[in-house]
Amino acid sequence: MSAKELKKNNIIENALKLFSKKGFYNTTIPDIAKAMKMSVGNMYNYFASKEELAKYAIKYSTNILANQLKEINHKQISSKEKIFLFTKQYLENVKNSPEVIEYFLRVYLSNREVFAQGCEGFLCVSEFVTEVMILLDEGAQSGEFREQEFFTAFSMIMGCLGGFAFLSGEKVLDKDLIEYSNSISENIYRALKSDKA
Amino acid sequence: MIRHKPKVVWIQAITCNGNTHSLLSSNYSRFELFLNSFDFFYHPSLTTQNSLEDVFSLKEIDFLLIEGAISSNKEFYSISNNDTLSLLEKLANKSKYIICVGSCASYGGVHAKFEENKQIKGVSDYLISWNLEKIKHPIINLTGCPVHPEWILQTLFSLKQRETIALDENKRPKEIYYGLAHHGCTRNEYFEWKVEAKSFGVKEGCLFYEQGCRAPMTHSNCNRILWNDVNSKTRAGMPCIGCTEFDFPRNNMLETKKNIGIPMDVPLGINKRAYLTLTGVAKTFKIDRLNKKLIE
Ligand code: SF4
Ligand code: SF4
Repeated sequence: MSAKELKKNNIIENALKLFSKKGFYNTTIPDIAKAMKMSVGNMYNYFASKEELAKYAIKYSTNILANQLKEINHKQISSKEKIFLFTKQYLENVKNSPEVIEYFLRVYLSNREVFAQGCEGFLCVSEFVTEVMILLDEGAQSGEFREQEFFTAFSMIMGCLGGFAFLSGEKVLDKDLIEYSNSISENIYRALKSDKA
Repeated sequence: MIRHKPKVVWIQAITCNGNTHSLLSSNYSRFELFLNSFDFFYHPSLTTQNSLEDVFSLKEIDFLLIEGAISSNKEFYSISNNDTLSLLEKLANKSKYIICVGSCASYGGVHAKFEENKQIKGVSDYLISWNLEKIKHPIINLTGCPVHPEWILQTLFSLKQRETIALDENKRPKEIYYGLAHHGCTRNEYFEWKVEAKSFGVKEGCLFYEQGCRAPMTHSNCNRILWNDVNSKTRAGMPCIGCTEFDFPRNNMLETKKNIGIPMDVPLGINKRAYLTLTGVAKTFKIDRLNKKLIE
């Protein structure tokens, strides 16, 4: 990665924290610059606008998930095990760097107008969606998962995981997040599995 | 270059006659040129002048064209008291070129799916271990159900002119089968942007996701050398069913096999992960022009 790329990622990591804490509109470029101990002028050398930064940030944060799931997809294990592994990793992400998942829930999903141009549909999250497709496709091919429509299967996984990240962010859970891992995985798996599996 | 008028003998084994029909639909002037350039000595459905006995008494056949699958079982099929295998045996040894016309001759085609007779096979399956005395060229498969008439004529003219022809790993002439049926389809733009045809027979939309079009995985030139010089299946709004490939006929040919909405097979030579990323993105664009009727 070039020095400029590294710096960009660094800015994003700081911006994610601010966005998820204060919201997209309440966070300004000077706020981010301040957190970075950079001049505002210098910030604009990396991102031309807050919108551009927001789009870059959604690619950055979903690519973290995409890479984790890709690695899991490459393992020679059953689809059930893949779901258990991914759920666990996801919850660890939520625990260790909540800003990444929160950004997705609180900014990407709630401020759609920011992403309307240049991030249409799957454009900025496509690598992650592809990995979910591969997970589902291979599970169905091996007969472990039953036939259903892609979007219903997709939302069984993401709805469940997103919902839990939300509950965690609201601090309403009584146990440590990771302790829910097995029962969440079990729920997701049961929603997808074929009757014969 | 073969200077004399080469002798062409066409025999039929276990066949529906489809390739003969196809030959008779060839471009008129091309067919006339063929008749002027070759000695079309025998065809069971066409020639009256020469009989099968005359063919048997020939010393040498330049081009032996075989239509239909082969079986050693007389019960299933015989001509003039010859089962198809012994007919082949008698003629193959005299031939310089052996051309399997159509999928049945090439690998058994639809007949090989008949489970009651496991003996039904393609010509090469039987000839592979034979020592063919006169043969000058590896056996050529012209797959297709039926073959395009121009594929037959082009192969014959090429061999007459150049005496040899490059073959792919399935023994099909590369010059005909190098590309995919998808090349030249008038729906390519719909394919790129994932706009699907709403039904068969319409001009708009691609037939890949919903209707089972196999053209992106099928070697043939149907959309470049058009049928009857004017059309192709996919141009007319019927999906390609992959009739030139060795897995033809498959089950559920008008369906795209999917797993949780994701197509099982993706275009040849493309990594599935990359394909899914690309199409996922392409699908999110709504291009008005491509969602309208072409002619209102
Ligand atoms: S209809 Fe078939 S041949 Fe035509 S573009 Fe679609 S997939 Fe390709
Ligand atoms: S379009 Fe496909 S099914 Fe039709 S003739 Fe060509 S290869 Fe065969």
